[in-house]
Amino acid sequence: MDMDRRQVLKTSGGATFLALLAAAGWIPPAHADAPGWNKSEFDTHTMDATLAALGAGKPATSSDVAFFSTPDIAENGAVVPIGVTSKLPNTESIAILVEKNPFTLAALFDLPAGTEPTISTRVKMRETSNVYALVKAGGKYFMTSKEIKVTLGGCGG
Amino acid sequence: MPSIHSLRLIVGVAAIAAATLAGSAFAQTTLENASAKYRQDLADGNPADLWVARGQEMWKEPRGPRKVSFESCDLGLGPGVVKGAYAQLPRWFADAGRVMDLETRLVWCMVNQQGYTHADATKQTFGNGSRHRSDLEALTAYVAKQSDGVKMNVSLADPHVREMYDVGKKAFFYRAGTHDFACATCHAADDLRIRLQYLPNLTEPAGAQKAYTTWPAYRVAQGETRTFQWRLHDCFRQQRFPDLIYGSDLSIALTTYLAASANGAVYAGPGIKL
Amino acid sequence: MADPMKIRANLVGDSTEVKVLMSHEMDTGLVKDKDGKIIPAWWIQTVKVTHNDKVVLTAQWGTAVSKNPFMSFKFKGGAKGDKVTITWVDNHNDSRTDTALIA
Ligand code: HEC
Repeated sequence: MDMDRRQVLKTSGGATFLALLAAAGWIPPAHADAPGWNKSEFDTHTMDATLAALGAGKPATSSDVAFFSTPDIAENGAVVPIGVTSKLPNTESIAILVEKNPFTLAALFDLPAGTEPTISTRVKMRETSNVYALVKAGGKYFMTSKEIKVTLGGCGG
Repeated sequence: MPSIHSLRLIVGVAAIAAATLAGSAFAQTTLENASAKYRQDLADGNPADLWVARGQEMWKEPRGPRKVSFESCDLGLGPGVVKGAYAQLPRWFADAGRVMDLETRLVWCMVNQQGYTHADATKQTFGNGSRHRSDLEALTAYVAKQSDGVKMNVSLADPHVREMYDVGKKAFFYRAGTHDFACATCHAADDLRIRLQYLPNLTEPAGAQKAYTTWPAYRVAQGETRTFQWRLHDCFRQQRFPDLIYGSDLSIALTTYLAASANGAVYAGPGIKL
Repeated sequence: MADPMKIRANLVGDSTEVKVLMSHEMDTGLVKDKDGKIIPAWWIQTVKVTHNDKVVLTAQWGTAVSKNPFMSFKFKGGAKGDKVTITWVDNHNDSRTDTALIA
């Protein structure tokens, strides 16, 4: 038995062998956060905590940050399209926050120079909530918000 | 109308919600506009394309015990021809001695050309997440996509197809089950709805066309791309009927009736639906 | 292994518009299966997009991004035939990289 196992390890390489077992569902896949993913920011549950973790302080409300192609009412919370655009010069990042979700921060996009300050994606919403677009521009934070009504809560989370 | 009455019981909560929400004509239009906008915001970037891409790969690869690809599968326009094939199905296949819809034909090719058992070919007719994916859903999405922009043209010239159409139409109006429902209970009147969703009137060309030409579809609620067989299967469930058997003559009869009712409309799938 | 992404990159005026669909469960870790067992969280955590070899977008995602994620954005420049490459990494350290040519 042990011999066999060593044999397999030798011929296929340890990592590959483990990957095969994982793929076959014999062992649970290893949980390891992706490099560059900031747990301290995502593991937050209130607007204040998330803004603090992001180092955003108390962002000013700005009409230069706007939602587009974002519904007022989403019939299914499993898929809520969100578009955010910023007219602020030197926009460096755009974040989407859903106040009443179990985890407030849904997504954070870093935009290098040359990338337009416009992004769209789709998020889950547990229930009707304010959704915030948080923009970092020239080192400062700005925000806008919008209430999205969810008729069918769509994620269990 | 007892049927409508029992429908109201089934969807009691939803019906009350709809009634409350639709309290005034103004509220109703606002809600409908909001609903239309939500669907419009979703239209760009349909995840069904992921199924189409997977089906496209599968179409070309040698499959099954006999290592035969779908390139030798005749969907009615010649072996391997997919362009426009979906818009003309169901049709009569002499080699099988049956009228078949796309999904039944794919299963037939898997069994008769690729060497699968029928049980293996139909093991996962409807997928459930990435661990239990359905090859049939991906293949169906791929083939249907090749009719995007093609006019629906299901010919009833063949007597076998004509018969299926007639049976399908009868079945559509046939009441049975614990609630004495027919498809027609939910789908033969204008302006019936559950929650915000209209139940399409499938006995009118416009309703049948809009419905049929947008399946297969990505179901937002499920995160899955579903086929017309799935749609029928799920309505049997809604109707409190016994399970509809995948690829059964009854399923093909209903499909023939609805597909032919959509004739003349431009096929525009796979769609995206709630 | 994960399925390929579906990437569209199109020149619109003097910008390249990128639209991508990814095949992923995006399980939140808060939902139970039929047997009442929690389905563990499994989601894409980072996304990186490069044009030729220059990074044009990086993203970090929480579990709230929808199943089979969709994302679109634009960057200045780009020419027909240039490469747009996208990589995602999930919390199992599984990853997927795909490339599309600007059309
Ligand atoms: C109890 C009511 C009910 C009955 C009975 C019923 N359905 Fe449905 N049907 C629905 C609902 C609800 C939907 C979904 C609407 C949606 O999700 O957009 C639907 C959707 C459909 C659609 C897709 C429409 C579209 O635009 O996508 C088709 C086709 C359909 N049904 C066919 C049938 C057939 C055939 C039968 C009989 C076997 C049947 N239905 C019986 C309630 C019913």
